[in-house]
Amino acid sequence: MAGHNESILREPLITGKDITYARITEEILSPVENKPNKAWWIGFILALCGATLWVVSVGYTFWFGIGAWGLNKTVGWAWDITGFVWWVGIGHAGTLISAVLLLFRQNWRNSINRSAEAMTIFAVICAATYVVSHMGRPWLAYWVLPLPNQFGSLWVNFNSPLVWDMFAISTYFSVSLLFWYTGLLPDIATIRDRATGVRKKVYTIFSFGWTGSVKTWQRFEAVSLILAGISTPLVLSVHTIVSMDFATSVIPGWHTTIFPPYFVAGAIFSGFAMVLTLLLVVRKVLGLENYITMFHIESMNKIIILTGSIVGVAYLTELFIAWYSGSQYEMYAFQNRISGPFAWSYWLMMTCNVISPQLLWFKKIRTNIAATWVLSIVVNIGMWFERFVIIVTSLHRDYLPSSWTMFSPTWVDVGVFVGSIGVFFTLFLLFLRVLPSIAIAEVKMILKSSSEQSKMKLIKEGNLDKEHVQEYIESLEKFDSVKQEEYAKI
Amino acid sequence: MSNIKYILGSFGDPDEMLTGIKKLQENNISIYDVYTPMPIHGIEAKLGVKRSRLDIAAFFFGITGTITMLTGVYLATVVDWPVNIGGKTHFAFPDFVPITFELTILFCAFGLVGSYYASTHLFPGRAPRVMDLRATDDRFVIAIDAKQNAEHDKIDELLKSAGALEVKHNERKYISYE
Repeated sequence: MAGHNESILREPLITGKDITYARITEEILSPVENKPNKAWWIGFILALCGATLWVVSVGYTFWFGIGAWGLNKTVGWAWDITGFVWWVGIGHAGTLISAVLLLFRQNWRNSINRSAEAMTIFAVICAATYVVSHMGRPWLAYWVLPLPNQFGSLWVNFNSPLVWDMFAISTYFSVSLLFWYTGLLPDIATIRDRATGVRKKVYTIFSFGWTGSVKTWQRFEAVSLILAGISTPLVLSVHTIVSMDFATSVIPGWHTTIFPPYFVAGAIFSGFAMVLTLLLVVRKVLGLENYITMFHIESMNKIIILTGSIVGVAYLTELFIAWYSGSQYEMYAFQNRISGPFAWSYWLMMTCNVISPQLLWFKKIRTNIAATWVLSIVVNIGMWFERFVIIVTSLHRDYLPSSWTMFSPTWVDVGVFVGSIGVFFTLFLLFLRVLPSIAIAEVKMILKSSSEQSKMKLIKEGNLDKEHVQEYIESLEKFDSVKQEEYAKI
Repeated sequence: MSNIKYILGSFGDPDEMLTGIKKLQENNISIYDVYTPMPIHGIEAKLGVKRSRLDIAAFFFGITGTITMLTGVYLATVVDWPVNIGGKTHFAFPDFVPITFELTILFCAFGLVGSYYASTHLFPGRAPRVMDLRATDDRFVIAIDAKQNAEHDKIDELLKSAGALEVKHNERKYISYE
């Protein structure tokens, strides 16, 4: 709370001098309240081109059917499921940041949760479009729901992981949306109370009449905490169930018990990488360096090393078990991955997911924005190839050598995938224009305890251990938003 | 009798506002409500806001989800249309754990957030009952019902001495209706 001083050893979560509550509102809302700059327009037009490509490719698929894709009799699942799992994985960081980090009282989540949750929602939308577009007859998409009907076999197969997946993804999407929107209410009210005319009317509708009275805030926090509590197992369950789509089948390379934890770690890994890819650009373009600081970047990088290493261990365990199981088919599936015709994709995956994130052990790299950004993209590429390797290499050489074949995508496959990235960025860029990209109220909460200026005040007051102060000042060296001259004087 | 309905003490700092609340309460002046741009921990106890029972509601919504799913699956797979899968039991419980879990979470989340919106009167399009437009920006506002507390000068003085940047005498309750 306001009157409480945080230990000087903790690095600041808000940097800069003379940050006031009014300035926080002003700076975070500036992209919402002003006309967009050139960078936004360039990004938006590019994203819109991508989204158009998506509409064309998905429209083509709907018109001509799944035959438009590069699938064949042996490889019946390829880029569609790769793209689906990739997007669902990316959609894991938002709720992890907002739920798990809230339960662990990690205050650094406060300035990144909003955009990470938005990213989650848009990524899950992209994943859901894959589910619908790979159905072949998308107008019958409602058949996945357990509706009473007169079609014959009556119910969906509740024993099937694909049905579980439908429950998991739709629950995850709607609960994430609720969590995100409830958190947005106070900030929409802030925009409303500063706006005039039509804008005011629109934001009034969406603010649900928020006033910020004591009872609303108290209940708000209770709701956030309970939602965080139930979302934590939810996040873990979603990718567990996605992995069961594969793990419960009897295809060599898929039928492994390590899949659930390995998929969850991979999902968090790719989700954080995508958060970094987006936020490093956002903080620069929107000038939010004081709120998304080097501490945030470094913390996310640490999570990337951890989850990346878990993924690496999982890859090696898979190989060991393939040999140790004594199953010829299992062993062959992995031999084929490592040295078969798709070996290039296996080694690309290994390099991007296991080797390159290890560079983040070096503090110089971890705190270098350009290096971090490049590595975050490398991880995203690696995670896409991980799903490609799991799916295509397990299928393309099946039990009958006579049906062995290769998979190559058509322009429609590529169009749907590249297009979905366009859809994602279109939604994200629109979000940046109409809603605050940082949770304003939550950042205000930590201003008096965890900001650089409050720590500066503590130092100036004295009464602190000299060694601690020294350590704190040294920890500030990596921050690109801190002026070192201020500390040279002390 | 003046037309003043509410007296608002507008503070720039949450700690000063807390001092304000303390001073007013020491002088037996009842506080109508407090509006802040962020949650201030601990003031609900001072202002007599009761403990939230949303957690209890959430539990029962969750349990409802669990029961709904298990009943639904039982009706579908055992009563309505049993399918013989290799002679295995119709009610294959382990297979239904993931979906039961998901529906528990779904019911719990929607029930919880629905009750929250209902209990705090939040719904799309509701006219905001705002007393001070800056209470969602950078001001911490204590609202005092002027009809119930007659000593207006004393209230002003207490608020100012606690550090209020501004004291307003509003003749209308909600300025957002203008």
